[in-house]
Amino acid sequence: MASVAHEGHGHDHHDDHHHHEENFISKYIFSQDHKMIGKQFLMTAVFMGLVAMILSILFRIQLAWPGESSDFLSFFLGEKWAPNGVLKEDMYLGLVTIHGTIMVFFLLTGGLSGTFSNLLIPLQLGARDMASGFLNMLSYWFFFLSSLLMLVSLFVESGPAMAGWTIYPPLSALPQAVSGSGLGMTLWLFSMTIFIASSLIGSLNYIVTVINLRTQGMSMTRMPLTIWAFFVTAILGVLSFPVLLSAALLLVMDRLAGTSFYLSDIIVGGEMLANHGGSPLLYQHLFWFLGHPEVYIVLLPALGLSSEIIATNARKPIFGYKAMIGSILAIGFLSFIVWGHHMFVTGMNPFLGSVFVFTTLLIAIPSAVKVFNYLTTLWKGSLVLTPAMLFAIGLVSTFITGGVTGIILADSALDIALHDTYFVVAHFHIVMGMSAVFGMFGGVYHWFPKMFGKMMNMRLGYAHFWITLIGAYGVFFPMHFVGLAGAPRRYYDYSVYAETDSPTADMMMDLNVIITIFAIVAALGQLIFLFNFFYSIFRGPKAPQNPWNANSLEWTTPVEHVHGNWPGALPVVHRWPYDYSKPGADTDFIPQDVPLAEGEEEH
Amino acid sequence: MAGHTTQLDAKTLWGGKESPFQTSYGKLMMWFFLVSDALTFSGLLIAYGFTRHDAQDAWPIGEETFNSMPFLGHGYPLLYVALMTFILIVSSVTMVLAVEAGHRMDRKGVTNWMIATIIGGFFFVGSQAWEWSHFIHGSEFGKIELADGSQAIVKGHFGEIKNFTVIEAGKHHKVGEVMKEDLMHEFHHAAEKGHLEGGNIHFADGTVAKINKAKDHEMKLIIKKSGSKHEIGSTPITGAAAEKMYYEALYSGEANRVVYGANLKQNEYGPQQYAQFFFFITGFHGFHVFSGVMINIIILIGVLGGTYHKRGHYEMVEKTGLYWHFVDLVWVFVFTFFYLI
Repeated sequence: MASVAHEGHGHDHHDDHHHHEENFISKYIFSQDHKMIGKQFLMTAVFMGLVAMILSILFRIQLAWPGESSDFLSFFLGEKWAPNGVLKEDMYLGLVTIHGTIMVFFLLTGGLSGTFSNLLIPLQLGARDMASGFLNMLSYWFFFLSSLLMLVSLFVESGPAMAGWTIYPPLSALPQAVSGSGLGMTLWLFSMTIFIASSLIGSLNYIVTVINLRTQGMSMTRMPLTIWAFFVTAILGVLSFPVLLSAALLLVMDRLAGTSFYLSDIIVGGEMLANHGGSPLLYQHLFWFLGHPEVYIVLLPALGLSSEIIATNARKPIFGYKAMIGSILAIGFLSFIVWGHHMFVTGMNPFLGSVFVFTTLLIAIPSAVKVFNYLTTLWKGSLVLTPAMLFAIGLVSTFITGGVTGIILADSALDIALHDTYFVVAHFHIVMGMSAVFGMFGGVYHWFPKMFGKMMNMRLGYAHFWITLIGAYGVFFPMHFVGLAGAPRRYYDYSVYAETDSPTADMMMDLNVIITIFAIVAALGQLIFLFNFFYSIFRGPKAPQNPWNANSLEWTTPVEHVHGNWPGALPVVHRWPYDYSKPGADTDFIPQDVPLAEGEEEH
Repeated sequence: MAGHTTQLDAKTLWGGKESPFQTSYGKLMMWFFLVSDALTFSGLLIAYGFTRHDAQDAWPIGEETFNSMPFLGHGYPLLYVALMTFILIVSSVTMVLAVEAGHRMDRKGVTNWMIATIIGGFFFVGSQAWEWSHFIHGSEFGKIELADGSQAIVKGHFGEIKNFTVIEAGKHHKVGEVMKEDLMHEFHHAAEKGHLEGGNIHFADGTVAKINKAKDHEMKLIIKKSGSKHEIGSTPITGAAAEKMYYEALYSGEANRVVYGANLKQNEYGPQQYAQFFFFITGFHGFHVFSGVMINIIILIGVLGGTYHKRGHYEMVEKTGLYWHFVDLVWVFVFTFFYLI
C-alpha cells in the first residue's frame, strides 16, 4: 500500500527531472540523491583518511628515531608541539588518539558503509532512491560536521584528545590528567555524539530501504552479498552505537557536571579528589559493547564488497551463497557477546573470562566459512585480475593473517601476556585496518565507473596495489615481533629498554625503523591512488555501461546519472546475481533482470 | 528486458516490490529508531544496576526517598510517583484513541484526544519538576554522620522550630529578640556549616540564639555507611537513643556532619551516584517526554490545519504515537529501577 504510494513518488521525482534543472547547491551540496551523497561520503572520508595517515607518519618518525630532530615534524607541528623538531610526549598521545579515531570511525565506518551503502543499496535493489532522501542528506551533513569538529580539535591550544581512541576514564575524564583532556576531549565527545546521530540516521535509512524498497522479484535471497553485508552492518550500528552514546553522555557529565559515574578515589598531584564510588570498568563495559560490533561494522561492508568483486572477476558464482549470508548473520550476532575479551586483564573473574574466550573463538567458524568460500570461488575461476580483484584477494589474505592472530588473542591465558602489546596492534591493523581498507579500495576501483562514469587507470591501480600490499605487510608484520618482545603499545620511546635488556631493545628499535620506512613507502603509494582518482574523474576514458560484465542491477542503469536511477520503469528481477559462466548460456554472465530461458533452472 | 513481467514467485511478501510488512518506510524507521533508543536507555539502566550492585546496602530504596505529596507533606511513600505514572499511562491511552480516530478520519476526535495527550504530557513533565525540586531540597533531617564515623539517613516527624531567642547580641540583633522568619533555612544552613552548638545557633554577625523547637516523633536512623560501631544493614536505631545520637552529631559544632537534599556532588539519600543517576536518567527521560510533547503539539497543529486530512491518512499521528508509547514504556522501567526495587 504505502510502498506503492512511494513508488509513485519516485516516478514523480523522475518526471520532474526533465523539466527542472537542479541548481549547483541542490545538486552538489545539499543533494538528496543517494549517488551524490555516496560520493560526498567518499570524498570526506578520503580526506579524513589522508589526515589520519599523515598523523601516523608523524608519530612513526618519533618511534623510529626517538629524540632526533626532524624537519618534517617541525613543519607540521611547529615549535609548540615539536620543539627543535622533536615530538612532544603529549602530542604523541594526541596523534595516536586522533589517528585511531579518524581511521576507525571516519574512514572505515563513514567512508566504507556511508559511501557504498548509499551508492549501492538503491542501485543493486532496483530502487529509485533511499527511503528518505532528506534524512540521507542529514546523515551526510552530520558526518561532515563531526569530521570538522574532529579536525578543529587538532588545533586547539591544549591539544587534541590524548586518551587513546577508546578514551578510557579517568584519563579522559580529568582535564588535570593530561592536557588533551581539556577542550580537545570535549570536542572529541561532541564530534562523536554528532557522528553517532549521523550513523543512526544513515543506518535507519539503509535498513528500511533494504526491507521496503526492493524491486519486483528481488527477494532477500536474490540480493547481492554486498546488500546483505550493508544490511547487517546497519543493524549492528543501530544496536551498538546507542550504547556508546550512553557511555559518552555519562563521561560528558563526569567532565562537565562534576559527577562521578566513572571516578573513584583518585589522587592527582598529591590531592585526593572528592569523587567516590564510580567505576572506570563500567565505562569499559559500555564502550566495548559498542567497540566490538564496531569492528564488524568496519569489516562486514568490506567483506560484502569483496564477495561481489571476487565472484564477478572469477567469472564464477559465489561459492556457498546462503552460507555466506548465514555467516554474516552469525558474525553479527556473535559480535555482541564477545566484548569481554578486551577486558581480560581488568581483574575479570576467570570463569567469566573463559565464557568470553568461548564466544570469541566461535567467531572463527563463520569467519572461516567466509574465507573458504572466497577460496573456493577463486578455485579454477577464469580470474580477471583488475585492480579491484587484486585488492579483494588482498583482503582475503589479510583476513587470514589477522584472523590467525585473533585466535591467539582470544585465549585469555595467552592474552594476559600479549595484552596491550604491539602484537595486538599488529593483529587489529591487519584484520580490521588492512582488510577494510583493501575492501574499500577494491570497491572504489570496481564501482568508480558507476560513480563518475569514467574508468580509472589500470596500470596505476596495479602499482598502487602492490605498493600498498607490500608496504602495509611491511608495517604490520614486524609489529608482531615487537609485541612478542614485550613492547607495550602507546609508549613514546622504546629506546628506554636498552637500560634493562639491550639485545631486545636493539631488535625493537631496528624493527621500528623498518616499520617506519615501510609506512612512509605505503603512504607515498597512496599518492598514486589520489592522482589516479582525481585525474580519472576529469580525464579518465568514458566508462561503458557494464565494464566488468557484471550481473547486478547497478550496471543496467545509464552511465550518466539520472535522478531516479532508471529512465524508464524499474527493472524486474528474475534470478540471483551470481549467474556467471552458467552452463548452456551464450554469455558468461546473465544479468539479474534477464528472465529465465525456456527450461532453464534457477541456480 | 526490464518492464515485461512474468508472474514471479509470490509465495511470500519478501519477493520485492511490496513492503513485506505492508507498512510504510516511515513507520518502520520509527520502530528501528525506538530499538536504538531503547538500547541507549538500557545502557544507562545497566550502568545504574552495575553501580548499585557495587554500592550494595548503601543504596537507598525507593520509599525511603520518595514519600511526599504536594500540599500534604511527608508520609506517603511512592504515592505521588504512582499518580504521575498513572497519568502518563492514561496519556498513552488517549494517544491510542487519537490514532483510532485517525483511522476513522475523524478530525475532531483526533484533535480532542491529541489535546488530552498533550495535557497528560505536560502534567508529567511538571510533576517531574516538582519531584526534582523536592529531591533537591530533601528532608528536614538530612543525612547525619554519627559519632563513630558511620552515616545514617533519618526518618520520622520533624518537630517544628518555633523561634530563635537571642541570648548573645551580635551586630544586627539584641538580646531577647525573638526571630521568627526563615527559621528552617537558617537552621539547615547553620547545621551544614557546623554553627549549631548545644541547642544554640550561631550567626555570622556574632549573634547566638536559643532554638525553641518542638520534639521530634518516631525518629529512626538507618545506617547507610559503616562506622566503627554501627554497620550497614543493622537494624535501624529508634526512640530516645536515635534522638540522642542525632542531636549529638547535629549540635556538635562541626561542619559537614549533615547533608540536606541532593546535588551532583553529594546527597542525603545514599552514595553520590544515587542522585547523579537519578538526575541523569530521569532527566534524559524527561527530555524525551518533553520532546514528545513538543512533537505532539507540532502534529496537533498539522491536524488543526487539515494537513493530514488532505493527505487522506493520519499516519503521522500514528508515528508520533509510537514514540509516545515508547517513552511511556521507558518510564515504566525507570520507575521500576528507581522507585520499586
